[in-house]
Amino acid sequence: MDINSIRLHYEIPGDDFTIAGEASSNVKKMLNQLGIAPDIVKKTSIAMYEAEINAVIHAGGGEANIEITGEKITIVIKDNGPGIPDVELAMQEGYSTASDYVRELGFGAGMGLPNIKRYSDKLDIQTEVGKGTVVTIVVNIN
Amino acid sequence: MKVRDIIRLLDAELLVEGNYLDMDVHSACGSDLMSDVMAFVKENVLLLTGLINPQVVRTAEMMDIKVIVFVRGKHPGQSVLDLAMEKGITVLKTNHPMFIACGKLYSAGVTGRGV
Ligand SMILES: Nc1ncnc2c1ncn2[C@@H]1O[C@H](COP(=O)(O)OP(=O)(O)OP(=O)(O)O)[C@@H](O)[C@H]1O
Ligand SMILES: [Mg+2]
Repeated sequence: MDINSIRLHYEIPGDDFTIAGEASSNVKKMLNQLGIAPDIVKKTSIAMYEAEINAVIHAGGGEANIEITGEKITIVIKDNGPGIPDVELAMQEGYSTASDYVRELGFGAGMGLPNIKRYSDKLDIQTEVGKGTVVTIVVNIN
Repeated sequence: MKVRDIIRLLDAELLVEGNYLDMDVHSACGSDLMSDVMAFVKENVLLLTGLINPQVVRTAEMMDIKVIVFVRGKHPGQSVLDLAMEKGITVLKTNHPMFIACGKLYSAGVTGRGV
């Protein structure tokens, strides 16, 4: 383990979509405090927020683990939700299984996973139907 | 065009003063789809939306969007305004519907793409 790394952990409550985003907000604050370049902070925040929202609306919540080193920011969002049966399909812009309620709140455009890919340097999705999903996002700092 | 001039242009009410009344706005984005808003990043964008839930402010926060205009006379709850206040985001409300609000801004020279 890198002795200069910072590790953060957040629970992502699954019961209230309207308050989702706390974890991403806190990470954004921390990255700004660390003096990381604004465009990197923005990319990281958007990617994490999309993954956090997904854990809430598709999987009933989960947890976030973040590691920040001099080289990169790694965000792992883990849930015990239903899993993603077809990741390739889920990655397509416009594909969404979100409920009407979620759509009324302005989400469910099927843009989240494509956005995460767009704003990250590495995206890895490990998922098993009936077990859950682990989304790992890496953003390079330099 | 400065945000304080936009208040007059849109006959808007200032709900949260925030830190950006004197910011120059060149481009805007009108959308009720937050993931769409997040798909592309532009600097100093003003966001017009008919949605009034807290995720609008969260989205603005993540995107570094500094001004939100709620259209069609929609009034958000206090928790939404509190969140905006905490983030320093300036929040306006206009009775004009989305199309008219966008049209007024465009006619006044805010012609940059928001997305
Ligand atoms: N953590 C998850 N658990 C289970 N299914 C998921 C998860 N994340 C994504 N999915 C599935 O992948 C689909 C696409 O996700 P994506 O984030 O791209 O779009 P969305 O969440 O439906 O809408 P948007 O992100 O635009 O609000 C979802 O509709 C859902 O079916
Ligand atoms: Mg999503």
